[in-house]
Amino acid sequence: MDTIVYQGLTGLTAAMFLWLVSAGLTIAFGVCGILNIAHGVLYMFGGYFLFTFYQLLGLNFWLSILLTLISVGLIGLVMELGFLRPIYKEPIGIQLVLTFAFVWIFDDLAKLAWGPVSKIVAMPRFFEGFIRIVGRPFPIYSVFIIGTGIAMAVFIWLLLDKTWWGKSIRASALDREMASALGINIRTLFSGAFVFAAAIAALGGALSVPLRVVGPGIGGAIIVQAFVVTVIGGLGNLKGAFVGALIVGVVGAFCTLYIPVFEMFIIYIIMAVVLLIRPQGIFGEIR
Amino acid sequence: MSKLKRLLVPKRIPFVFWVTLIIFLFVIPQFSGKYTIYMVMSILIFSLLCLSVNLLLGYTGLLSFGQAGFYACGAYGCGKILLIFPQLLPGIIGGVVIAGVVALILGYFCVRHTTIYFAMITLAFGMMVWALAMKLREITGGEDGLGGIPRAILFIHSLNMEPMENYYYFVLIISLIAMFLFHRLVNSPLGLTFKGIRDSESRIACTGISIRNTRLLCFTIAGMYAGLAGALMAPLETRVTPVCAHWAASAEPVAATIIGGMYTFAGPLAGAAIFFLLKDIIVRFTEYWLLILGVIVIILVLTLRAQGLAGVLQQSLFSRLRLNFEGSRNERSDIKH
Repeated sequence: MDTIVYQGLTGLTAAMFLWLVSAGLTIAFGVCGILNIAHGVLYMFGGYFLFTFYQLLGLNFWLSILLTLISVGLIGLVMELGFLRPIYKEPIGIQLVLTFAFVWIFDDLAKLAWGPVSKIVAMPRFFEGFIRIVGRPFPIYSVFIIGTGIAMAVFIWLLLDKTWWGKSIRASALDREMASALGINIRTLFSGAFVFAAAIAALGGALSVPLRVVGPGIGGAIIVQAFVVTVIGGLGNLKGAFVGALIVGVVGAFCTLYIPVFEMFIIYIIMAVVLLIRPQGIFGEIR
Repeated sequence: MSKLKRLLVPKRIPFVFWVTLIIFLFVIPQFSGKYTIYMVMSILIFSLLCLSVNLLLGYTGLLSFGQAGFYACGAYGCGKILLIFPQLLPGIIGGVVIAGVVALILGYFCVRHTTIYFAMITLAFGMMVWALAMKLREITGGEDGLGGIPRAILFIHSLNMEPMENYYYFVLIISLIAMFLFHRLVNSPLGLTFKGIRDSESRIACTGISIRNTRLLCFTIAGMYAGLAGALMAPLETRVTPVCAHWAASAEPVAATIIGGMYTFAGPLAGAAIFFLLKDIIVRFTEYWLLILGVIVIILVLTLRAQGLAGVLQQSLFSRLRLNFEGSRNERSDIKH
């Protein structure tokens, strides 16, 4: 019993990283209509920047996270302004190849800047303890991750549902032309949404380094999982992304424990089952 | 004299071009070293993979980011068969059939969707093949892959395929046949149906053709082409590793196809050659070749856009010479998905 709870919580922690990446992916797709394959690389940059600010420069943990979000946000801004803006109207093939080329470039840039060896950050001292859950010690940091993930979900929901900015975003996602006719500046809105999406992924990456390593190639690994999450949950649907991330994370954790042979491809089987029963994803709408 | 004149009439230029190219490919081993032969073989195999991507992308309007999965199915299938039963032709055919069957099964899930959804699902299934190749150690050899795959004899005349030159002719002839069949296919009624689905799904549906089944057929044929490419690669490299199923390997033919020009027959072939040579040259100079390749791909994609090299050339230079790449005369250049 306690093993199940423990493994469930571990899975939940993994799910939160996935959720943060998928949320960014979903927002960028929902608003700008671009499937950003390089989104996983932004997650990776989150990890690398936290390593630089916190470990190398010795800054305060929270300040490092803030600086990480700003830096990755800037990278997102450059991507959106310089490269994605000219191709919003092109076929998806062009968009995917372009964002994929960014995966190559960013992977190699990371290798140039931080070397090919994986990096890990020492756990901040105030997170070093454990709490007892059903009689077994569970790291406080993981509890913090789960809390942050849920808090981000609430934050994104409030932002999109209750603020003027969120309203304009939803309006322009529904009908770009009408929204701009009503005086919404679509261009700044798109840039803003893309930067926000990049920052969410960076937050996931930054929070992951005290727990997992960051190295070249982890961006590609997490984006594939995020794709599976969005397909399971329904494309362009944040609720779906959250539930999908939970499913993938928790099932993955239990699979590692009980049937390790299936560990790597159980998520694809879940995806196939969901596609069979509900082709548009759990929360997806039929268009 | 009139024969010569007819040959020089602009209309005949494409024909002359293709014949010259094929003759040139046939005489390459006479005057070049092993490395050139190896390169040309790799380009031919990569071209087949690009054709596979283009059948979906350029002709049916579906972007697959998982063709490397079927490529790997062909490679592993062929490798496994050759290790057990060293006869080249059954190995190749086996690889193609396995890739086709896998494509048929996975295609059932994929073809319900289009555009971005389709791209994501194919990417995920391609990665599933990768995960299987990594995990099923007993069959696939895990991370090390299958090694020591023989370039087995071709059983018709018991031809020895061990020397690079002999295998080169085998690859060349098989590729040319496959390309010719591809050309016939895309200009057949079925090929027209594919293009029709790309341009207007609802109109094709109105004529009573099942969109989903046609897409599934297209997906299966594309999977078989990818499988053929993989099956030809396995004896060439004499080993197969899971890397060839990774989604990074799926992206390369997509990039090459788009750079070459996706709505044409010849575009992906040109794109394959350019992309491969570019990669080969850059790798020699720097360890960070992906960085430079990425920058070049971005520049090419942003300048050529959806038309690709073939489309741009057609409009400027070749329209004057009336050198039309087949099947591209009536293409739309501004297809929106």
